[in-house]
Amino acid sequence: MSVHIAPIACRDLVELVTDYLEGALPPEQHARFENHIAGCDGCTTYLEQMRETIRLTGTLSEQQISPAARAALLHAFRGWASG
Amino acid sequence: MAEPPAPPAFPGLSPDERRLVEALRARDEDAFMELIDRYQASLVRVAMMYVGSHAVAEDVVAETWLGVLRGIDGFQGRSSLRTWIYRILTNTAKTRAQRERRSISFASLGDGDDGPAVDPDRFLPPGDPAAGAWASPPRGWDGLPEATLLSAETRSVIDAAIEQLPPTQREVIRLRDVEGFSSAEVRALLALSETNQRVLLHRARSKVRAALERYLSEDTA
Repeated sequence: MSVHIAPIACRDLVELVTDYLEGALPPEQHARFENHIAGCDGCTTYLEQMRETIRLTGTLSEQQISPAARAALLHAFRGWASG
Repeated sequence: MAEPPAPPAFPGLSPDERRLVEALRARDEDAFMELIDRYQASLVRVAMMYVGSHAVAEDVVAETWLGVLRGIDGFQGRSSLRTWIYRILTNTAKTRAQRERRSISFASLGDGDDGPAVDPDRFLPPGDPAAGAWASPPRGWDGLPEATLLSAETRSVIDAAIEQLPPTQREVIRLRDVEGFSSAEVRALLALSETNQRVLLHRARSKVRAALERYLSEDTA
């Protein structure tokens, strides 16, 4: 039908999202990706959800160290430093 | 004051890490506690990927710190201090896991390729004029309150989804997205190629997204 660069199907685009976010797509593929996103609400939402997934996964790191563990490590340090 | 000449030791370290290494070698307690506060929680989480219980993980981390102290005088600075600490941790944890006979297939190639990111039924089937386009597109989360997204329940959904991943995918997503390691650091720690690391990360993130979508659509339905 067309001699232009073949578009990416949504089903294939979702497999390129990580490569896209990692900056690992070759330039031509990168352009096709952004071209598709510009005209596709479903894939725009999908990409946003992947970004949101990464952000929310990052919140799992909010955790404190227990005072007991801290005290035990300090004790171990003093043993080492005086040894 | 004149700028001091760059010290010849540890060319690969940031000024901050160089300061910590030198302070540790001088047996400076504050420097050690600074490292503890910076890495302890993260080290325990990473150790949990290898051993069965929180208690054993804390044990592994305590052993790791001893390894750091014993090794610091001979530390060459060929990798960053952080990478060096995590390498001691993963070695210690793997040894411990073997002793506990929990066999984990590190960097097995098999778990990089296990199905598509999105259920194929969500797309129009072959034969359709628009085959491969969304039949059932995702619904955005931007209407959801931040309190829902950051709730303990949402976090436990993410945590559970990560726990169900094949081992290497789990390691990669935890190191990259929870602990905030760079791709280069993860590749060095797990001995993965760039492509393999990316494939594993992609599989892992796709599955966590799918779990979140399932959970969050219960809220929006």
